[in-house]
Amino acid sequence: MNPAPLVALVGNPNAGKSALFNALTGARQKVGNYPGVTVERKSGRLALPDGRPVELVDLPGTYSLDPVSPDEAVTRDVVMGTQAGERLPAALVIVVDASNLDNHLRFTLQLIALGLPIVVALNMVDMAERDGLKIDPGALSRELGVPVVPTVAVRKRGIEELKAALGALVGDGATTIRPSREVPSDIAALQRRARAISVAATIEEHGARRWMHWADSIALHPVLGPILLAALMFLMFQAVFSWAQAPMDLIDAGKTALGGAVEAALPAGFLRTLLVSGVIEGVGAVVVFLPQILILFFFILLLEASGYMVRAAFLMDRLMAGVGLSGRAFIPLLSSFACAIPGIMATRTIDDPKDRLTTILIAPLMTCSARLPVYTVIIGAFIPARDVWLGIGLQGLVLFGLYLVGIVTAMLAALVLRRTVARGTHSGFLMELPKYQWPSGRDIALGLWTRAIIFLRRAGTIILSVSLALCVLLNLPKAPPGQNQLEYSIAGRIASAIDVVVRPIGFNHEMSVAIIPAMAAREVAVSALAQVYSIDGEGEAADRALGSRLHGRWPLPTALAFLMWFAFAPQCMSTIAVMRRETNGWKWPLFALGYLFTLAWLAAGATFWTATALGL
Amino acid sequence: MRLDQLPLRKPAHVALIDWSAMQPAEARRLRELGFDEGVKIEALHQGPVGRDPIACRVGRMTIALRRAQAAAISVEPADA
Repeated sequence: MNPAPLVALVGNPNAGKSALFNALTGARQKVGNYPGVTVERKSGRLALPDGRPVELVDLPGTYSLDPVSPDEAVTRDVVMGTQAGERLPAALVIVVDASNLDNHLRFTLQLIALGLPIVVALNMVDMAERDGLKIDPGALSRELGVPVVPTVAVRKRGIEELKAALGALVGDGATTIRPSREVPSDIAALQRRARAISVAATIEEHGARRWMHWADSIALHPVLGPILLAALMFLMFQAVFSWAQAPMDLIDAGKTALGGAVEAALPAGFLRTLLVSGVIEGVGAVVVFLPQILILFFFILLLEASGYMVRAAFLMDRLMAGVGLSGRAFIPLLSSFACAIPGIMATRTIDDPKDRLTTILIAPLMTCSARLPVYTVIIGAFIPARDVWLGIGLQGLVLFGLYLVGIVTAMLAALVLRRTVARGTHSGFLMELPKYQWPSGRDIALGLWTRAIIFLRRAGTIILSVSLALCVLLNLPKAPPGQNQLEYSIAGRIASAIDVVVRPIGFNHEMSVAIIPAMAAREVAVSALAQVYSIDGEGEAADRALGSRLHGRWPLPTALAFLMWFAFAPQCMSTIAVMRRETNGWKWPLFALGYLFTLAWLAAGATFWTATALGL
Repeated sequence: MRLDQLPLRKPAHVALIDWSAMQPAEARRLRELGFDEGVKIEALHQGPVGRDPIACRVGRMTIALRRAQAAAISVEPADA
């Protein structure tokens, strides 16, 4: 049987392509990668009105078929039929913004010249009308020589008509036309034609975007703009901590109940240890952070979909230029507060290679959500919960300080890197400020759903296997009576080797054990510590509160050094792997490992020595 | 007058762009964003630090660019 015909969704950035993709495919989406490059391949299934299935692939937005970034190269290669691992599309859906025809039609003309079956989705017709712009789809279709369907993707209008038009184009999907290699590339000439067509298809034009002017006069105001940005950032981090509390407590209670039930049902033994401390405790300790991660992504998706994110980049550009970066780096760095992996992947929008490299190298210094479990446990155990001033707690202040340490170090690192290994000409900043848009709840929900699945899959695979492996390494070989199980175990012996390096900065043996599996994912350090302190003698039934156990065993300088270690150490294999893919080699990930571990050791050491000298 | 000297909210049109002052990729992106001799342009906003970057309306789009880049663009203010 033939596979379902492939249809590619193409268009300029900010044409509403993702919203149209969501409206066409709903939740039936798959996110993968193109072989060899780390460009995300987002595809989904849709049924044509007559029931035939079609695979729709969402291509990265671009302004022309002359790529500047790796993302844009994928778009060109797919529509030209030269992308490895992708079939030639049977048809293209070109998404154009009805209120910005001049610009979007230029790319459309280039695509039409390929000769593939094409339907144009004249998107955001409602926004155009709000702007006082009326377009005649019939006239546009005559001028372009391809069918044109008016749509409002965020309101799901015009979707059925678009599917019907697509049905007429696709046929049985077996006959595919080879795209023409001769694509016009004279931008000025294309632009003139695009403008002429746009004028011919416009029925009515008056007024301007008063609303956008008004919004930008606040968002980009030299004084109010930065205040608004700071307030939004504050709200975001506040929400991550306060809104997430209730669902986190719920997951935690569920985990404890499940552990208790398994303990009651099974006889004591290795299997029970493996299930309770390996699977339930280990994976549970990580899944608890799902609410925080989702809240963080919720804000990032919201800021992106509304069009505000580019305004934030605009406000930050000059400051970033001070350390040799551009405002474009702000978006990847902000995403890195959720996780460095999407952050590093988002650097693909940075054209300048040295700019991009610097951003990739400093992204792991942004405090990602995986550090939160470690920070939360250690701060909860060692920093007294008292008010410093007007309801601002000391614990929150320490946490804020750790975030600040990450940001300041990242900026200093960028400054140094741009003058040494990533030296190059200062790049510019050239970005389209998209129209403000009220994000559709459906699009945000779909984005969150995808993130949640990725996170849970990670918890179910990497974190589960590491947790199980650690459980085995901690419990084997069985120590003879009278001997300490931790010292006797394989994990304990490996940790003894690491002790040599980390002893000078105040780390104890148990911490050495915990930082090994934390290489797989930082948050594992918490479950590792929980496992380490539950095996040495007290039994599983003992008090599970890790914080209170740590409190009695670690001196304060040691705990502070541990916090600083996690602020810098590149304890995340996935990040290193993504760096390798994005920089096409091992050179830069190894460089990052080296410089970040050195920083971590020095910072933890300095903290430990200072705190000890102060008699804390 | 250069684009970086154009007062905010003063309608103008692009008189001349010194394409040779830019990297080829930068020049192409500028064209793709609608910059060309003869198009209408209006500076709308400036960044909070050093009045950099500049956001300007070009055609139906709003484009942000740095002052250094804007210096390569000559504009002719409309008579008003």
